Amino acid sequence: MDERRLDGNAAGGLLGEVFVFETTTAEGACDRCGTVAHVGQQMAYISDIGTVVRCASCDNALIRVTQNPRGYFLDLRGVSYLRFEGSP
Amino acid sequence: MSFFSRGFRGRRRQTDDRLPPGQYLVEGFPVLSAGPTPRTPLEEWDFSVGGEVDEPKRWTWDEFRALPSEEITRDIHCVTKWSKLSTRWEGVSVDTLLEGVQTAAEYMLAFCDGGYTTNLPLEDVTGGRAWIAYSFDGEPLQPEHGGPARLLVPHLYFWKSAKWVRGLRLLTHDEPGFWESLGYHNYGDPWREQRYWGD
Amino acid sequence: MAEVWRPPRRLVWRIGEVVETRHATPRTKSLLLDVPGWEGHKAGQHVDVRLTAEDGYQAQRSYSIASAPEERGVELVVERLDDGEVSPYLTDELRTGDSLELRGPIGGWFVWEAKDGGPLFLVAGGSGIAPLMAMIRHRAVMAMIRHRAAAGSEAPSRLLYSSRSREDIIFADELDHLAASDGSLEVVHTLTRSQPPGWTGYARRIDDEMLAEVAPSPEQRPLVFVCGPTPLVESVATTLVGLGHDAGRIKTERFGPTGG
Repeated sequence: MDERRLDGNAAGGLLGEVFVFETTTAEGACDRCGTVAHVGQQMAYISDIGTVVRCASCDNALIRVTQNPRGYFLDLRGVSYLRFEGSP
Repeated sequence: MSFFSRGFRGRRRQTDDRLPPGQYLVEGFPVLSAGPTPRTPLEEWDFSVGGEVDEPKRWTWDEFRALPSEEITRDIHCVTKWSKLSTRWEGVSVDTLLEGVQTAAEYMLAFCDGGYTTNLPLEDVTGGRAWIAYSFDGEPLQPEHGGPARLLVPHLYFWKSAKWVRGLRLLTHDEPGFWESLGYHNYGDPWREQRYWGD
Repeated sequence: MAEVWRPPRRLVWRIGEVVETRHATPRTKSLLLDVPGWEGHKAGQHVDVRLTAEDGYQAQRSYSIASAPEERGVELVVERLDDGEVSPYLTDELRTGDSLELRGPIGGWFVWEAKDGGPLFLVAGGSGIAPLMAMIRHRAVMAMIRHRAAAGSEAPSRLLYSSRSREDIIFADELDHLAASDGSLEVVHTLTRSQPPGWTGYARRIDDEMLAEVAPSPEQRPLVFVCGPTPLVESVATTLVGLGHDAGRIKTERFGPTGG
């Protein structure tokens, strides 16, 4: 048990600035172990240097976000896909 | 900055002439995590030097601790703006680990338990500028601060002092690490305030 | 109530005004905010609060919204941590009329709406009651306006709430009142550090035995929400899965090592 980890829900604030659709209910497949889960079910590591959402099953870094005065940086290579809820 | 919170001061933040631009002194030792704290048992721990080398090298924990070591007292500076002065460490110089290594490499990538990586020019970890540290403030390095051993490169922002380091891979090309590939400056000199890409 | 479709948009930092502050318990304070442009929230969501000092230094923390979606204003509950950086400012310094920068509502995952049905099993540790209170209040409002026995607002609900002592129970009176007036809501308290004379309730931290006694049976397939300090949340979630509950029906909101 790592006391610093939070639920993926906690990353919803920063991710919500980048994505227009609700992120914590987005479903993603871990590209390392294949587990499919909602972002809200994953583990979030949040600090001033950046936010990393990791697979709750295998700790693979699914989503990484940093922010600096010039903008946001986003790495989604840890998910084979992200499916957002939302219809036109 | 147009908005500020009336009456909010936050934790004590002192400035000091010894600090690089934009930094403040912090009490305590903040922990920033990008993942779970690894807990590799010492019997399973090893440290390796590989990549563009004539002969890869490897040490078990006991072998590593038998190497000549030194006490290091340095200021450290985090890209998130906190600094600590005169922090005391004990560790093995990277020069010792690279002794006798033949290489044409100009760069290296440090790799760690949990998958963290950071890249540095080889000249920034040699000549007495970097260590693999196993003790902080006279005590064994705690897991949350990178124990059993972390890279220590105090002349650059502290994200380069990779926690839970397990080895160095020497390379002929530069390979951006975990934060360098996501907006943080490739080199990271606090005195030139090289925090982010484009700085 | 017809759902209005709104085009999706990014979250932005907004400035709310503190309209009321109230000492909830010796260690906590309730803040009621008016946030211009607020488009509503769902029970269980949170906001990120950001404080900025005059030299530009910023500190940020997350707080769950305790008010029901149907209420006016956004209510936050702040527990004062003695060595905290943000909470002592919010509990000791912030006053009515002050501005507070916040981002939200956040988190569609840890959310309960009456249409999601039940039964509901809610487990709170300390200030972890905040998002669960929003759910309980929302449920009470929906029960009032719907008047039907169909699955939804009147599905049985049980709250297991761990506090240090009776004085530390946040929303104590309101919970008593709601439980007394609604036969389908049951509130079970456990007081971990001190108990009033004559206390016959639980008097220890939530453990496996307590959960086995209080939780609905897995056959009832409850929707479970657990919120509070991380060690409590993880141990409760693990125990419930061990008791046979479907992990997919358990949602957690860890507050971190110190509980917020």
